[in-house]
Amino acid sequence: MTAVKAVGLRKSFKAQTVLKGVSLTVGQGEIFALLGSNGAGKTTTIKILATLLRADSGTAEVCGFDVAKQGRRVRECISLTGQFAAVDDILTGRENLIMIGRLRHLGDPKGEADRQLGEFGLSDAADKPLSTYSGGMRRRLDLAMSMMGSPRVIFLDEPTTGLDPQGRLAVWDTVRTMVESGVTVFLTTQYLEEADSLADRIAILHDGAIAAEGTAAELKRLAPPPKLVLSFLEQGGMAQAAEALAAYGPVPGALTLTVATDGSVNQTAEIMRRLENAGIEASFAQRPPTLEEAFLTIIKEAI
Amino acid sequence: MNVKYAISDTAVMTGRVMKQIFRSLDTIITVLFMPVAMLLAMNYVFGGAMDLGGVGTVDYMLAGIIMMCVLSGVAYTAYRIHVDVQKGLFERFHSMPVAKSSILGGHVLTSIVSNAVSVIAIILIGLLIGFRPEAGAVGWLMAALVIILFIAAMTWVSVFFGLAMKSVETAGVFAYLLIGLIFASSSFVPTGSMPPALAAFALHQPMTPIADSVRLLLLGEPPGNSLPIALAWCIGIGAAFWAMSVKAYGRRA
Repeated sequence: MTAVKAVGLRKSFKAQTVLKGVSLTVGQGEIFALLGSNGAGKTTTIKILATLLRADSGTAEVCGFDVAKQGRRVRECISLTGQFAAVDDILTGRENLIMIGRLRHLGDPKGEADRQLGEFGLSDAADKPLSTYSGGMRRRLDLAMSMMGSPRVIFLDEPTTGLDPQGRLAVWDTVRTMVESGVTVFLTTQYLEEADSLADRIAILHDGAIAAEGTAAELKRLAPPPKLVLSFLEQGGMAQAAEALAAYGPVPGALTLTVATDGSVNQTAEIMRRLENAGIEASFAQRPPTLEEAFLTIIKEAI
Repeated sequence: MNVKYAISDTAVMTGRVMKQIFRSLDTIITVLFMPVAMLLAMNYVFGGAMDLGGVGTVDYMLAGIIMMCVLSGVAYTAYRIHVDVQKGLFERFHSMPVAKSSILGGHVLTSIVSNAVSVIAIILIGLLIGFRPEAGAVGWLMAALVIILFIAAMTWVSVFFGLAMKSVETAGVFAYLLIGLIFASSSFVPTGSMPPALAAFALHQPMTPIADSVRLLLLGEPPGNSLPIALAWCIGIGAAFWAMSVKAYGRRA
């Protein structure tokens, strides 16, 4: 089942072309992360999918409805949580939820508000004014508001920007709990770590186009092959090894040498043999590529 | 989209904005306090020294005080709209199956109702300190019509500035500039006592016919030309800023 499908989305603002043909597919029940730097076009993409903006060309379907032609049907099945907690400060937490419930034309907005307050651990603070809420609580209320009326696809635009590490982990936990109900989560982020630990699938948006797409593991395979990290007991051994491995361009660190390899057994064995032949005492570890290296490689190729 | 949802959505939105007013005491105090303080000062401090052509101070000035009160009220309308845009509440509503008209509609309706209530409060306070209206039913109705149209026009002005200005601090500044326009009109002193250049300006700007028509209607005197000119200004300003607001809304939201 496809929850979100975009084909060739293009969008320009005045002279600036923000999206240059974005295509992506998100399956039902997935956590999908659109990863990119500031200005890559993440928010523009999410706004088009949530019917807030119209693409210049290209098509997009959410829940099987065309975002340009069936906006209302799309809005009935989605919710959007923007970069800043969009809550009404004058109202209490409960009143915010009930307001959203009424605007979604739910049969029992009060009951649904109670349920979400419980789900998001806000029951105790339900009737307090929002001025007494912490940043994390506001974010939780924001997410609870987007769950009102059980939407099928939830768009989260940079859900952890501006939160402290603890708050970030709490939001990740919340998002993981949210998908247990079968909802699809489409989030944007500029944090590689967030995409890595949270998303089932990641698309890297760079300069208005999808530069790569896949699971975190698949994307890491696009990074340079693993590196060998050699550790030495003393400087002498390290200097000797640097000489023996000069052909591989070792990068020195504090009693370590990092050697880029092509990942093959042959090459690794050759490096080991050279060290053994020179009688150098060393230990080694293989460092797998990080998503960051994959990201940087992919972006460089895209230029 | 059906009418039932448009009505219920507007009711929810209006209820929300009304709560904002009732829960922020400073709004109520600012909106009522300044015009009332002005009214009291004019009546008890300056009143004796002013020649208003034989009309009592409160009788003469109440129309201008009502207009001041409306302008300080709509400054808050602009502020509330601006905060909604900045916080992303409008965006949240747009991504929901909400009747689009209800989003600004709730603000506009709240502004009109709350300002009408403030105006009634000002008239009651005026009666306490010596306002003696002599209007019949028709006069009251006509005055009410001018005031409601003035509130509606100023509300659309505030919607436009709430959407168009870049910061919370500047969203309501227009209202204070317009209050200046009230002072440069026949609201508090007859234009005859002004220097000629100012008098000429006062005679051709909207605040003068609006203040004159409301005052004359409430005092039971024929409003003459001032009434149609006041109505034309209110409708013209309202329509222009309605169109500008719709355009600004498309850009911001």
